[in-house]
Formats: sequence, structure tokens, C-alpha cells
Amino acid sequence: MALFEARGIHKRFGQQVVLEHVDLSFEAGRLSGIMGPNGAGKTTCFNVLTGRHRPDRGRVTLDGEDITGLSPDAIARRGIARSFQVMSLFDENTALDNLIVALPEVRARGFDMFRRLSADDAAADRASAVLARVGLAGLERRRAGDLAYGERRALEIGIALASRPRLLFLDEPTSGLGSESTARLAELVQDLKRDHSVVVIEHDMQFLFALADTISVIHWGQVIANGTPDALRENAWVRRSALGGAA
Amino acid sequence: MTKRVSSAGRWLPREMAVLLVALATLPLWIEPVGLYQYLGVEIAIWMIYGLGFNLLLGYSGLPSFGHGAFFGIGAYAFGLFQLWAFESLWLGILCAVFAAFVAGAVVACFLSHRRGIYFALMTIAFGQVFWFIAIKWHAVTGGEDGLLNIPRPALDVGLASAGLESNTALYCFVLAVLAAVLVLLWRLVHSPFGKVLQAIRQNEARARFVGYNVWMFKWTVFSLSAAIAGLAGSLFSMAQQSAYPDVISLHASGIIVMMTLIGGGFVSFWGPVIGVTVYFLARDVLGTLTETWLLWFGLMFVVAVLFKPEGIAGAWQEHVGAASGRSRARRALAGLLSTGRD
Ligand SMILES: Nc1ncnc2c1ncn2[C@@H]1O[C@H](COP(=O)(O)OP(=O)(O)O)[C@@H](O)[C@H]1O
Ligand SMILES: [Mg+2]
Repeated sequence: MALFEARGIHKRFGQQVVLEHVDLSFEAGRLSGIMGPNGAGKTTCFNVLTGRHRPDRGRVTLDGEDITGLSPDAIARRGIARSFQVMSLFDENTALDNLIVALPEVRARGFDMFRRLSADDAAADRASAVLARVGLAGLERRRAGDLAYGERRALEIGIALASRPRLLFLDEPTSGLGSESTARLAELVQDLKRDHSVVVIEHDMQFLFALADTISVIHWGQVIANGTPDALRENAWVRRSALGGAA
Repeated sequence: MTKRVSSAGRWLPREMAVLLVALATLPLWIEPVGLYQYLGVEIAIWMIYGLGFNLLLGYSGLPSFGHGAFFGIGAYAFGLFQLWAFESLWLGILCAVFAAFVAGAVVACFLSHRRGIYFALMTIAFGQVFWFIAIKWHAVTGGEDGLLNIPRPALDVGLASAGLESNTALYCFVLAVLAAVLVLLWRLVHSPFGKVLQAIRQNEARARFVGYNVWMFKWTVFSLSAAIAGLAGSLFSMAQQSAYPDVISLHASGIIVMMTLIGGGFVSFWGPVIGVTVYFLARDVLGTLTETWLLWFGLMFVVAVLFKPEGIAGAWQEHVGAASGRSRARRALAGLLSTGRD
């Protein structure tokens, strides 16, 4: 059985059906990609899988446990972390503090009102290590709000990474990045692949085809294709959207 | 290795030591400068109230505009305990803190999933409910007159007992309570709990997605803040030897908001301490010159909201060369009433 499965997910907003009978499964130790045009329902799909929206129908399971309709924090505590397409940081905190609050050991004592968090060198070291991993070494003290765009993108992933997730969801991590930063991010994701199970939404096909073990294509709220990058290269929709030779 | 050398979170930071020394010597200099002992009692009580209030406003970004309710509940609970049960300082205070905590906890159940303007309006509504009860439930609260002739019990510590009849003695007691509150809240805002509150203020959705049950945190901090308001209220009814509905009014609830904001509660732990001091000095110094002192204080509030949301503490930080935190205060202020994204 796959680490994470979604079966028959439906989601509508008012009259608009955004997801229709979506089946997805993500294996442990793999990098799974999701692609599709703008407005296809990819982010909504993440939102349903990570608890922001409750699906109208369907079931989501993590390691066999039904997590459908649980709150985002309950799902996060079970080991699922995500990054956001629209960046979502703690802007007034330093880069380091952004990661410290995301550490599971800090979360575990979130109701500790007495011990000084900044005296916790172990937590600071862990957070520093994550910061270094996403390429922000040396920026510990910088306010998140003062970081450059690309650095904020990296911190966005860092927050998700800091919780040492069993499954990491990344929503368009290259969004807004130039080619150089995109290349650097590809290296990071390649590196994360070594020790994480990752699901990444990406519109940059080159990026995804180079990294993913399997890819699902979502179009009009439905999964229209599924398979390895090689198999998908033959897919009609992929070929059509890849005109220009991106894939 | 990231060794983080910082004074933040020590038991007794320098600012606190300075404040406590200034307050401890207050009985010696307050009369020579033309003021009076009782003023010290008032200031210390409202500092406790303001520090607890700022846990919500400044640290959690929760606009409680009816906080006078919990101050009032503390005041009434202390008075009722002395009048109906028996005279006891500690049990009276305990009863007040507990009553305010319970009231806060119940109200927080209705508030904790609300945000921004909805949260603010609900706190006003609950404040009015408690105010109405205080006015109408004559048999218990004494209606508009309130509770009169509340005894000021003696301070019993083991075998020793000290009367608190004199304002100087009462001041010393209130100051000791303030010192304890300062130390504990200083710990709290630097603890994991305090850091989570600040994370929730900045980005509630993200806090949820890193695994924090935001509802529980809001509920806890609201109840705690209510309990501290109740503690301040109990000291107030002991000082006034009476409890009356005025302190629950929307007007009184507004004053604590103004004090906290003017002082710089958005950018500094010391904001409410500064704001309370400014308010009482305005009342007693400006007040001898003009009857319109409250108008001037109100104008200060308007100026703060429009131009200086970082308050006096922020202006001071700027003066000594640190960042004033104006943008941070702006965002916090704007965030107070915005319902935000989910
Ligand atoms: N919270 C929401 N309320 C109403 N409509 C939404 C909401 N979230 C997304 N949608 C709609 O669902 C569709 C899919 O959006 P989205 O999942 O963001 O697409 P993608 O991430 O694939 O670009 C869009 O038409 C969008 O307008
Ligand atoms: Mg999207």
C-alpha cells in the first residue's frame, strides 16, 4: 500500500466543480509530481489533502489511517508538511525563528510557558542545519520579511522541512524564480529526494520531468494521465503542452 | 553552532530592574514631587492589568475591546468574598482570579475561532453583557452603586500579619504582586508558548499548517489574560474598598486599549507599563491644568493610531538607534481588525 492515498475526491466551490473523482497515491521514498494548467485544481487538491478544505466526497489515508477532513494542524502533526504557492512566512521573525517554531520538538512543548526558547541551543542548531540545507546559511538573523524573493522561496520550503515530515508537499516551489534560482532549487529538490518522500506541483515541465519518479497530470479537476516521465512523454496532452520542446 | 547570546528572557532584565527600583523607591519621592501615595497603587494595579491585556493585543494580535469585564469580575468577586464569606486576603484574590479565569474561559469558547473584526465585536458584546448584569443584578452586585465598604483584609504570611490600611503598606503589597506578574509574563513571552502566540499573530494559517492547534492557543491566552485582569480587579476593589460597574463599561475597556497602544504594546513588552504611567500622569498633572486632559489623551491615541502605532516604546527604540518597529506595528494594527485569509 502507498504511504498516502486519495480516493474519489470531489470538491466544489458553490456551483464550480474543482475536483472530480481524483485518485492519487504517493509512495514512500519517491518524488511524485503533479502538473497541469493554471486553474486546473492542483492547489485545491493540496488544500484538500492537507486539511484546509474538507472534500465533499472521497477518502484520504496516510499509512492506512483515514485522515479525511482532519484539521490542518492534526494532519501536520501526523507528519505531513507543505509549502505554499503564495508565500506564507512569519515575516517579522528572523529566518531562524521561522524554522524554530516549526520544529516538532518545539511544537511538542508549545504550551510550556516558562522555559526560555532562545536558550534552547539544540533547537537553534537543528533549525540552523535546515536553514543551511535550503541554502540560507548565514542568514539566521535576517528578518524573513527582509529576505530577497528567492531566499523567501527557500525559507518557505525550509519551514515545511523543519518539521521533519514523512511526506513533504511543495506547491509550485519555482513560482516567480528566474532560471538560475530555478536551477538551484532543482538541486535542492534533488537533494531532498535522498531522504524524503516528496510531492511537488510544478508548471515547469523540464523541472518536473528531470526530477520526478512519477507524474500525475490534472486537467479540469481530473487526473487525465499518470505514469513515469518516460511514459508521459508519449501522452497527447503532454505533447501538446510541451510544444516548443520543454519536455 | 549557534550560541545565541541575548539578554532576552533572563529572569530579571535590566529594564525590569530599573523599573522595580523606581517603583520600590516611589513612596520616598512621590510626595516631594507633588503627587500622592495612592497614585502609586493605581499605577501598579493598572500595570498588571495592562501587561495581561497586552498578551492579547500585542503578542497574539487579538483585539479584546471588552476586557473591563474581567477586571470587574475580579473586583466584584473579591468584594463578595470579603462581604459574604469571611475576610481573607489570599482567598479573596484567589477567588477573584478564578472567577475571571472561568468567565474568560467561557467567553473564549465563543471567540477562539473568530478573527479580526468579528472577534472585536464579540468581545464588546460580551463586555456589555457583563456590564448589564452588574447594573441589573441588584441583590448581588448592588446595582449602579456597586459594593461598598469592602474590607481590606490584613496580609497574613505564616505567623506574621501586616495591616494594609495605609496606602503605603497597600502599595508595597501591590508592588510585590506586580513584580511577580512582571517576572512570570517576561518568562511567558520568551517561552515556546509566547513564541507560538507571536507566530499565530503573524500568520495564523501557517501556524496551523506547522501543527499548532490555534484554537487552543487562543483559548488559553484569552483565559490567562482574563485571569490577570481579575487579579488586577481584586487589587482594585481592595484599594477602592468598593466595586462598581464603571470599570466594566465600554469606556473603561477602551482606556486599557489606549494605554497599551500609546505605550507601544505592539513593539515592546514595556508598552503597557509606559502607557499606564503616561495616562495617570496626564490625569494628575495635566488634569490640574485643564479639565480637558482626557481629550488630550484621546488625541494622543488618534496620533498613535494614525502616525505612530509603535507608540512611545517604538519612538524610544528609534531614539537609541534601534529599528522603531513602525512597519511591524502598522501590520499588527492593520491585522487586528482584518479577518485575513483562512
Ligand atoms: N477557496 C476557493 N473558493 C472558490 N473557488 C476556489 C477556491 N480555491 C480555488 N478555487 C477555484 O478553483 C479552481 C482551481 O484553482 P487552483 O486549485 O488554485 O488551481 P491551480 O493550483 O491548478 O492553478 C480555480 O478556478 C479557482 O478559482
Ligand atoms: Mg496553484
